[in-house]
Formats: sequence, C-alpha cells, structure tokens
Amino acid sequence: MNAQPVPPPHSLLAELTHRCPLQCPYCSNPLELTKKSSELSTDAWKQVLSQAARLGVIHVHFSGGEPTARKDITELMAHARDAGLYTNLITSGVLMNEGRLDALLDAGLDHLQLSIQDLESPNADRIGGYQGGHEKKLALAREVRARGAALTINAVVHRQNVENVAAIIDLAVELDAGRLEVAHVQYYGWALKNRAALIPTREQLDKATAVVKEAIERLKGKLVIDYVVPDYYARFPKPCMGGWGRVGICVTPSGKALPCHAAETITHLTFDNVQEKSLQDIWQTSQAFQAYRGFDWMEEPCKSCERREVDWGGCRCQAFAFAGRAEATDPACSKSELHGRLHELAETESGQEPPPFEYRRIGAA
Amino acid sequence: MNDAPKVDEESVPAFVRGVRLHNDEARDQWVLLAPERMLKLDGIAVEILKRVDGELDLGAIVDDLCTTFKAERGQVLTDCSAFLQQLVDRRMVTI
Repeated sequence: MNAQPVPPPHSLLAELTHRCPLQCPYCSNPLELTKKSSELSTDAWKQVLSQAARLGVIHVHFSGGEPTARKDITELMAHARDAGLYTNLITSGVLMNEGRLDALLDAGLDHLQLSIQDLESPNADRIGGYQGGHEKKLALAREVRARGAALTINAVVHRQNVENVAAIIDLAVELDAGRLEVAHVQYYGWALKNRAALIPTREQLDKATAVVKEAIERLKGKLVIDYVVPDYYARFPKPCMGGWGRVGICVTPSGKALPCHAAETITHLTFDNVQEKSLQDIWQTSQAFQAYRGFDWMEEPCKSCERREVDWGGCRCQAFAFAGRAEATDPACSKSELHGRLHELAETESGQEPPPFEYRRIGAA
Repeated sequence: MNDAPKVDEESVPAFVRGVRLHNDEARDQWVLLAPERMLKLDGIAVEILKRVDGELDLGAIVDDLCTTFKAERGQVLTDCSAFLQQLVDRRMVTI
C-alpha cells in the first residue's frame, strides 16, 4: 500500500503508568487499566526514547496515569533530553514537591503541563476525586514559575465546571502560565462512560467559546490559549491525531505502540509491543498503523471529500464506536448519516439531571 | 487589540525558557521548539534567531545581518521586527 517510506513521527506520547492518585471521570486512559507489575522497565523506556529520537520524534510527552508515580521519572527525563528530545511532563502535580521539581528541571525538563479540575477546591477536588489536590496544584504552579520554567495549565471543561472558563483564564494569567489549554472533554474510555454527567449544553458551549475567543486576542504575548471543542456539536470532525499514523505515536505502560491512545477500542486491530519490535519497524510496518494511514482506507463521502487533508477523515475510534466500523465516516461530520443521532444524544443528555460520576479506578470498570 | 510589547530597534530579544532552537537532523530542518509548538524555520529566520542571546539589541542584530549578507538595512529591520513580533505575540521571545 505504501511503497514510499512513511515520513517519521513528530511526537511520542509515553504513557509511563496507569497509576494515578486522581480519579477523574473523564480520564483518557482505557477502562481496563494496566497494573504496576506489567509496566515496562526503566531500561525498556530508555530504549524507546532513544529509538524515538533516532526515528525523528521531536517532542516527547511523559504522561500516564500520573508519570511522577514512576520512581525513575527523573532518570527517564535526563535520558530523553540527552537523546535530543523536547520534554513535556503532563502531570496532576499532587505527587510533586520542590525537591522533585528541581531534580526534574536539572534533568532537562523543558515544559510542565499541569492539570486543574476546576477553578476552586471544593468542586475541583470532587471532580478529581482527591482531597486537597487543587491547593497542591496551585502551589506547584507557583514553584514552577518561581524558577522561570515553562508552564501550561490544562483545564478540562464540561457541564459541571464550564461556567468558570473566564475565571480559569484569569487564574492562568495570575499564575503566570505561558500557555493554557481549555479542553472540552472528548468522549472515549472513562469519559464515554460518564458522558451523561459531563456533556455541556449547546448554550454552555457557545458561551465558553465566545469567552475563549475574546481572551485569545486580548492576551496575545501574555498567555497562549489552545481551545479544544467537543465534536458532538461540530459540523466537521476534528483532525484526530493530525491523521492516523502521520505525526504521533503512543506507547502504553505495558509497551504497546498505538497510533492514538484510544486505538485499543478498535477491537480488530493488532498492536505490536516495543519489547518485541523497534519503534522504527512498528512505525513503518505495523498493521495497526497501516490500517487507516493515508487515504486508501476511505469510503465515500470521505474519499472524494475536499476536506480530507484538513481533518484526515476525523476519528476512527468514534466511527467504530457509533457505526460499528472504523472505516465509516466519523459521526461528528455533518456528512455522516449518524450525525443527527450524535446531536440528539448531546442535547438529550445535557438537558437531564447529571448522574453521579463513575470514578476512574483500577478494577472499577 | 492586545497589549503585547512592541518590537523596535532598542528591543533586546531573548528566548523564553522552554523555547529553543533545534537542528532536526532527521528532516534536515532547523526548528524553533516551544511547549506544544514547533516552527519550521527558513534560512533567514535561523540567521536571526542564532543572534538572539538576550544581550544584543535588535539594532545590533540587524547591523550584523547587513554586514554578513550585504543587505539593505531598512528592509532587514522591517523583516526582523515583523518576525520577532510574531514570536513575542506567541510568547516564545521576550523583549
């Protein structure tokens, strides 16, 4: 199918562990979480990082679970930086202290991305399922900036906190973060399970979008804001992963290499493990990566769509979840026959009393 | 509009921490790396950014570029100012 060698990926999402002290009900991890005993060793991760750098990866995102739950995080950070990678730590921050922060920065951490669950502690701690978490996060943000290091605040928004978007933007400015991600929940894994409790109303979405748009212009030079919208209300699908097998590769705690962190929901794909094959080999030849790479897999209306190089056919996982076939048009697209159903679901569920959260816990799914 | 600082000849540009120049050998391409961002740089941009050290002001950077490339000063100043202003707006460079 691809006679030419595939251009190398730009980013590696290194999901070091699924262990996490928080229990966010919209966690992007799969429902079936990996136990500590199945995690890759320090040496295996070092090999992955070296191979990634040789392959052409630029940014490595250390994630999880909570990546600092791994005792070797500083060692892995140093290794990544020595390999020439730009290092990003995606953290809840609650396991950090000043000593660990200094050690990570000394090891070459380029950028720390800190999650918050809401503006203030009672609701933020309730959503994250972790008492005292919010205050720890704010303290860490201040320590990061006191050292002059690059900080992103990541605020996942949904029906139970989206009204606070304007104040969350003010908070990011007050914390002197360089970047803020306002990300509406994407409905996979735990978030799909909790969709009825999380999905915003159309009115909430429109209001939040207007607030963010205004702030992006006003805060130029002060705060970079990236905004991720929920595709249930969209006309066109998101360019999921920037295209399947095109720019990014994800490695799970047990070493499976995925084209996207949710790809395991597509049950007929086979994933190679970095303990058995090199990242280079996997990127070029793995069945899971080849499956939806490029345009050959597309059906109509995607195949002849003028937007196919804009959104790359949208999200395969969402197509599989709704249409039962990953080749189907992403239902977030207005050209999909399931599009109306997606809107209906969003409107119905967001109009009802939210059910209690099903918190993300190992063994709870 | 926004109140980002405006670049002029006296500005002393410096990279914000977390932003660095990188030679991407796999693609034979110089890039500017920042949190969740990667800017591909053309030859002129690389020459400008190699001179950004937090000490030289823009006037001195422009003088050096003019000497090295035998270019007309007014045009170089305009181009450099516009380029650096974009980076200031994106919080990659401070002045």
